[in-house]
Parts: sequence; C-alpha cells; structure tokens
Amino acid sequence: MSTAYATRPSPSPLRAGRRRRVASRRRAAALLGVLVLTLFALSLMVGQTFYGPGEVWRVVLGQDVPGASFTVGTLRLPRAVLGLVAGASLGIAGVTFQTMLRNPLASPDIIGISAGASAAAVVGIVVLRVDEALVSGMAIVAALVTALVIYLLAYRDGVLGTRLILIGIGIAAMLDSVVAYVIVRAAAWDLQVAMRWLTGSLNGATWGIVLPLVVAAAVLMPALLAQSRQLDLLQHGDDTASALGVRVERTRLTVIVAAVALIAFATAAAGPIAFVAFLAGPIAARVVGAGGSLMIPAALTGALLVLAADLAGQHLFGTRYPVGVITGVLGAPYLVYLLIRTNRAGGSL
Amino acid sequence: MTDSHTLVAERVSLGYGDRTVVEGLDLTVPPGRITAIVGANACGKSTLLRALSRLLAPSQGQVVLDGKAVHTQPTKAVARTMGLLPQSPLAPEGIAVADLVARGRSPHQRMLSRWAVADEQAVEEALGLTGTSDLVDRAVDELSGGQRQRVWIAMALAQQTDILLLDEPTTYLDICHQIEVLDLLTDLNRTRGTTIVMVLHDLNLAARYADHLVAMCGGRLLAGGRPEDVLTAATVEQVFGLRSQVVADPVSGKPMVLPIGRHHTSTPSPAHAHAAPHAR
Ligand SMILES: Nc1ncnc2c1ncn2[C@@H]1O[C@H](COP(=O)(O)OP(=O)(O)OP(=O)(O)O)[C@@H](O)[C@H]1O
Ligand SMILES: [Mg+2]
Repeated sequence: MSTAYATRPSPSPLRAGRRRRVASRRRAAALLGVLVLTLFALSLMVGQTFYGPGEVWRVVLGQDVPGASFTVGTLRLPRAVLGLVAGASLGIAGVTFQTMLRNPLASPDIIGISAGASAAAVVGIVVLRVDEALVSGMAIVAALVTALVIYLLAYRDGVLGTRLILIGIGIAAMLDSVVAYVIVRAAAWDLQVAMRWLTGSLNGATWGIVLPLVVAAAVLMPALLAQSRQLDLLQHGDDTASALGVRVERTRLTVIVAAVALIAFATAAAGPIAFVAFLAGPIAARVVGAGGSLMIPAALTGALLVLAADLAGQHLFGTRYPVGVITGVLGAPYLVYLLIRTNRAGGSL
Repeated sequence: MTDSHTLVAERVSLGYGDRTVVEGLDLTVPPGRITAIVGANACGKSTLLRALSRLLAPSQGQVVLDGKAVHTQPTKAVARTMGLLPQSPLAPEGIAVADLVARGRSPHQRMLSRWAVADEQAVEEALGLTGTSDLVDRAVDELSGGQRQRVWIAMALAQQTDILLLDEPTTYLDICHQIEVLDLLTDLNRTRGTTIVMVLHDLNLAARYADHLVAMCGGRLLAGGRPEDVLTAATVEQVFGLRSQVVADPVSGKPMVLPIGRHHTSTPSPAHAHAAPHAR
C-alpha cells in the first residue's frame, strides 16, 4: 500500500494528545517504580536492628559489614527479592488474564490457578517431601492442568464468560480445601509453614527458594511483554483482533502458558499471596490510565503491594502477620465490590 | 491501491459447533466494487463476513483470497489486504479515540517498530474522513452510539486495506451520518479502488449504493447481481416474508422498496391485492 501523502504542518492536536497521554502513562509508571525501589530499600533497612542506606548498600555490593552482612545479606535480602519478584510475577500474570478474558474477576488467584499450584506444592512438600526444584515443577504442572480443566469445563464455542469465573471459583474452593486438609493432617508442621500455604508469606525466604523464581521471571516476563501489543488488541474482541492481524489462538495459548507458569513459580516460592494478582491490574489501571499496556504498571503494582504488605505485617502491629493476611484484608472488600458491580453490568478492566 | 485483489467463497459451509448456519455458499466478490449483503436477522450475514475475513474456518469449502486459501495465509499479511468492521466491536474502558484509531495501524507495524509518519498520516486522514477529528482526546466509552460507530469506521480506514468488510456500518447513525458514511465508502471505492463488502439492513440504501447486491436467506445465497435485477418484490417476499412494492427511486433511479404492512396501506399492491393480509 502506498503511503505518499502530502505532509501536514507538524504539531497536530492528534500527535500532541497521544504524546501527552504516553508521557503521563510513563510518568505514572516511573512513580510506581520509584515507590517499589523505596519499599525494597526500606525492607532491607528496617527490622529489629535498623541499618542505614550506606551499610545496606555495602552489603548489597558484597562487602563484609559486621552484623549487617548476616541480617541484611542472609535474612532480609532474599526476603525482599522474593517480595519484589513474586509480587511482580503475580501482578503481570494477573493483568494478563484480566485483559485476555476482559474481566477483572478473571485473575488466576480468583479462578483457582494459584490454588492449583499451591495444592501441588503442599502435597509435594508435606506429603511427598520432595526438594524445591521439584516442588516448582509440580506446581507448574498442577497450575497448567488446573487452567486446562477450567478452560475445558467453561469452553462453549469459544465463549469464555461468567461461566469461566464461576467454574474457576468452584475449583479454587476445592483446591483450597485440599491445601487445608494436607496442612491439618501434617500436625507436626508449624503455623508459619501453614500460613505460607494458606495465605502466602515471605517467611523462610532463602536463596534456594528465591532463585528458581528469579530465573523463571527473567524468562517469562519478557515472553509476556513481547505479546503485550497483541493482548491489547484482543480486548476489542477476537474478530477485531484477528482482523488487525493478531493470531488469536496462538497469542492466547502463549500468554496463558507464560502467565500460568509465572503464577506457579511465584506460588511455589511464596505461597498463594492473596489477591495480589487480582488487585494489581485494576490499581495499575487507575494509576496510569487506559490506552496502553498495563503489564509493566501491574508488575510494579504487584511488587509494591507485596513489599508494602510485608513491611506492614512485620512491623505495624503487635504480632507479625504474613504478607497474605494483609493483602487478603485489602483485597476482600474489592472482590465484594466487583461482584456487586459485575452483577449489575458486564464490567471490564 | 489496486482492484486486482480477488476474494471468492467456494461452496463454504459455516457453523458454530454442531450447528450449521451457512451451507454450500458460493460468492465471488467483484474486485474494486461495492457489494452489499442484505437478509433477515440471523440468516448468516455476519457469519459469512467472518468467514471471508478468515475469522471463522469453513467446515466445508474454502475462502480464496488472491488465489490462495485465506486460512493458509499469515494473519498479518491478510490484515494488510483486508480490513473488517465487526458488528459489535469492544473497546477497553477509558481508551481515547486517538489511541483506538491508532490501533488500526497494527498490521503495518513490526514488533518493536516505532510509530511512523505514515501511521500518523493514516490516522489523521481516517479521523478527517469520518468527521471524528474533534473527538481525538475523548474516551470512546463516553461517546454517543453514532460517534462511536464513526470512530470504529475510522479505525478500519486507518488500516488502509484494499478490501474492506463492514458489518452494518450504518447502525446507530442518524440519516445524515448514514448517507455520509455510505458516500465516504463510495469515495474510497471510486478514488482508490477499494473493494467494499458491507452488510446493510436498509434495502433502499443498499440498492442505491451497491454495484452488486447479494440477498441471503436462511444461510443460502438467494440472488446476487445488479440491484435492479436482484431487488424485486418477489425477492423481498422470499427473503423477509414481507409484501412490498418496488418502484424506481426518483433520486437515483435504483429500485426502492415500499413495504406493505397490515396498516396504513391505502393502495394495495396490485400483485397482492387478492391476498389476505397476513404477516408472513
Ligand atoms: N458465536 C456464535 N456461536 C453460536 N452461534 C452463533 C454465533 N454467532 C452467531 N450464531 C448463530 O448463527 C446464526 C447466524 O448469525 P449471524 O450473526 O451470522 O446472523 P446475521 O445474519 O448477521 O444476523 P443480524 O442481522 O441479526 O446481525 C444465528 O442463528 C446465530 O444465533
Ligand atoms: Mg449480523
């Protein structure tokens, strides 16, 4: 197709408007990024002993700082990295599902995919006593199988609507009861471990737990980001997306596998941190506005939620609460609100 | 801009799941012409359009674009040749008109490519042609139905394809905007040779604007040809179960359908004067 047109006088309102919106989205995303960095730094500094930024920085660089090297380097750093990467993974995977299914309720933690991963992980750790790498593997397989089961149960001539959500919620409840059953049977297990698998927690973060997740995120997040333009076009419906050159089925498959795997790795490492996948996208949408991809903003928001909730859970109350308890308290009212709203009208992100 | 693209449906059967909606349909879209498809609700017009644009794989037969089965061609390449305005497209909440129309450029962009001058111009032009330039910064979901429809048409135009399929492009539009859109499509056809296939419900507008009129009934092609030949009282009766009188439109000379309902008909149609009044 030829594109020889007369050039117009340059600063058109169209261009100016688009530039303005892109700039404002970037500003908002940058703000989220700064907040994430701040909270990450805070989680390294704050604890029973406070270490200043200087000391923390030297530990991060690998220098030997008496006291700080152990507390910050061995205890706080893996925990903070876990919060950062698990939060980002949940956020990006959540918004991917919500965008793809055009429904804010369709996040993996609502429709049972996280529950699948966590049920497999609990069975792996508590019953079969397998090692961490295998736990991740089991979680991924279980999450994919759960996604497939939900898809097959909900599929009817390519229409995936409210039915998928309802089936997913049912499956989530079933799998959650598997988790509860296994944990109750394993009476010797302490409350911390139980909490990790019931609501998600960063307690007990070690490099052995964190590294598989970091590697997975380094591969899977770019894979998702590469699909973000296609995913955005899918929001217009399969017909429009396909007419605009999107390979609908292939995009959907790629994106589902990558997002489910991310959820599985994050869940294997930190448990099913309640509502982060569900909340990150809608919050990110409010912060950055519509019209562009929400993947990066949602990843940042997810990290922000987990880091903030963990800091709050550790230091704000008399007792220490695992991160999932805090995010659960935040997310539940929003879930109720959405259920009420979508009952009235078909909602989208 | 050529009129050399050929689009042919060869004995296609189309359906959803086990349900067959269209059976053994043959259609040759005349290149560089305007084709209008008319037919009753649920007769399979949208389904046919979806098959032509490769959204729906035929259970039998095939759709052939430029000599090759459309389903074997890469989606993106097809999207640079053929655009589609679906009957009810969706917009994500809050998206601005300019950003929506810009998405029409997707098939022309590579994965990491930047927004090019050609993209900018295509969008500007599409906005101008559809009279939506003033709406660029508005959110799509805050527009009136007619404004929104014109924005969707702008998105399809920004795609700059040589074949354009439109499913009821004039729904929601007032009479003035209906004519404007049809005139605009005709301009596009006359100046660039864009092949246009559109589903229309208004028989008179279809007859006036189409070079080639296709009447569908129950998933089959009942008649296809010049509007003068296709749009007869007999066809209208067969397709819609409606009695009518067809006269020459004094404005265009094309056939014009005057429906005969059970009320307000002072001069009964001579052909049906003997028939008892009934709905079908
Ligand atoms: N996604 C779908 N799944 C199942 N059946 C469908 C689907 N889309 C359409 N149908 C059915 O196929 C038949 C033809 O539908 P189609 O949309 O092609 O009709 P149409 O001629 O465009 O009608 P209208 O004038 O109302 O737009 C209808 O009976 C409809 O119920
Ligand atoms: Mg239709």
